[in-house]
Amino acid sequence: MDTTDAPPARGHLRVLIGMAAGVGKTYRMLLEGHAEQEAGRDVVIGLLETHAREDTAKLAEGLPILPRRRITYRGTTLEDMDLPAILARRPELCLIDELAHTNAPLLQHAKRYEDVEDVLEAGIDVISTVNVQHLESLNDQIAELSGIRVRETIPDAVLGRADEIVLVDLTPEALLDRLRAGKIYRPERIDAALNNFFRIENLSSLREVALRQVAQEEGHKRLVTEAANGSRDETLAGAAPYAVRERLLALVEPYPGSQRLVRRAWRSAQRLGADVDLLWIRPPGRDLADDQQRSLTALRQLASMLGARLFVEESDTVPEMIAEVARRQGSTYVLMGRSRPRRGLGRLRTPLPQRIMELLPGVDVRIVANRRQRAGEGER
Amino acid sequence: MSVLAVIVAALGGIGIGVALGYWLPPNGRRPSRERPQAVRRILLPFTGQAISRRAFEAAVRLAKAENASIMPAFLARVPRNLPLDSPLPGQCTDGMPLLEAIEQRAGAQGIEVDSRVARGRTYRDALRRLLEQEQFDRVIVSATDSPRKGLTGDDLEWLLTRVPAEVMILRPAPADTRAISAGALHGHF
Repeated sequence: MDTTDAPPARGHLRVLIGMAAGVGKTYRMLLEGHAEQEAGRDVVIGLLETHAREDTAKLAEGLPILPRRRITYRGTTLEDMDLPAILARRPELCLIDELAHTNAPLLQHAKRYEDVEDVLEAGIDVISTVNVQHLESLNDQIAELSGIRVRETIPDAVLGRADEIVLVDLTPEALLDRLRAGKIYRPERIDAALNNFFRIENLSSLREVALRQVAQEEGHKRLVTEAANGSRDETLAGAAPYAVRERLLALVEPYPGSQRLVRRAWRSAQRLGADVDLLWIRPPGRDLADDQQRSLTALRQLASMLGARLFVEESDTVPEMIAEVARRQGSTYVLMGRSRPRRGLGRLRTPLPQRIMELLPGVDVRIVANRRQRAGEGER
Repeated sequence: MSVLAVIVAALGGIGIGVALGYWLPPNGRRPSRERPQAVRRILLPFTGQAISRRAFEAAVRLAKAENASIMPAFLARVPRNLPLDSPLPGQCTDGMPLLEAIEQRAGAQGIEVDSRVARGRTYRDALRRLLEQEQFDRVIVSATDSPRKGLTGDDLEWLLTRVPAEVMILRPAPADTRAISAGALHGHF
């Protein structure tokens, strides 16, 4: 059988992740490149950012570097990774620094991780680097921790598709020593860095986030691998990769008790690493009373602070509208408060949770309890 | 005659009972929010991970006495280089369990709670924004002798001049070491 026309197997992606610049990701990438080269593989550097660090530049010696591509845009010449040259050269392993980088205009893709996808599709293995603050889902959290919002982000799915994620770790103290010794930035930038991003509390928080992220990704990969190896029930196997991508939909109404539901949904979403949406189904043609208006404003404020989205949909067929929004948003959980006591003919109708379960098979429905506190607990 | 009257009276009584049971909610009385009352709200602003137990108890006492509701408000600071409407998951990790704990404790004592969150460049700024949106009759804050713990003396002075409501400032006391924290939560959160 002739197999020469068969598409090459997808390349293997290894991502070196760190808490901040200067932990040694690029250095580690180059070390691994040398090791692979010594093992007889064809290794090239597709893109290297030395940031004028002498040690890094020196370590790159001996590894072939593909020249950067030059692009003239609005009278300015820009340099970026040369994707066509990599694909034409077809090395076995390509080292590509800074996965979250935004490409120069006029290139094939807007983002470098999209270039890396093409390289992998061509059957070329890739080692790349990224800092944890570039992950989209962590962007808000890290902006709050560090006070610095990173503009260049990558979707978490990119990291999810990596075959290996390696944490390049360094204690905050050791990183600060490196910074003070001029191994990360030039001397004129050191003071500013120490006063801004490179504060010990920032670095400790970022390190914690990086460690958690890698642990979480490993957990997900274990699930997927077990499924792929058939070590779980077949019905679970197909579902495992999806089971880890949760999205919560909390059903709210503009009254004070809804805030409790929102907080509980947010906390659950944090545990699951999921996003959370809020939905209020507004009866058509009814004006809001003043207290309802205030509650709605408070809900919006809470949602915004938690990073959740609040949808307000007008409908008088509540279960159907919930199902529609849940499908649209890809919700895997629906959270709701306890329904009000039903009266009159309402007692004959199917309760809302059951109706939702009928309309949304495969979606968990959770009724959030109103816990009352026993006196004396939790004081200090 | 008398037997018939007894039967009619019994049937009537059963009918009235069924009708009442049918229309009233299961707890046997209308929810308190449907009861007519003068709306009284007590604002209880807090920052950080704990709230003074004295301040909380003062709010509960007053709420009970005045048939008022408590409005605990979590104040958060937005770093200057982030937009004011930025999500603040880190601070919420501290604030949300505390709001939950306050609601549970107040709820257990029959007090209605209507929580708020507010953001600003400083705690005072957050409080100012909250004051622009909400109306209340009292504010209860506890003064602290530590400038790092929430509202400063300047903030409290500002509060006294700006808030169109009664302001109750609890002076620092040894009992302030007793606070309500997220540890007060009943069940997981």
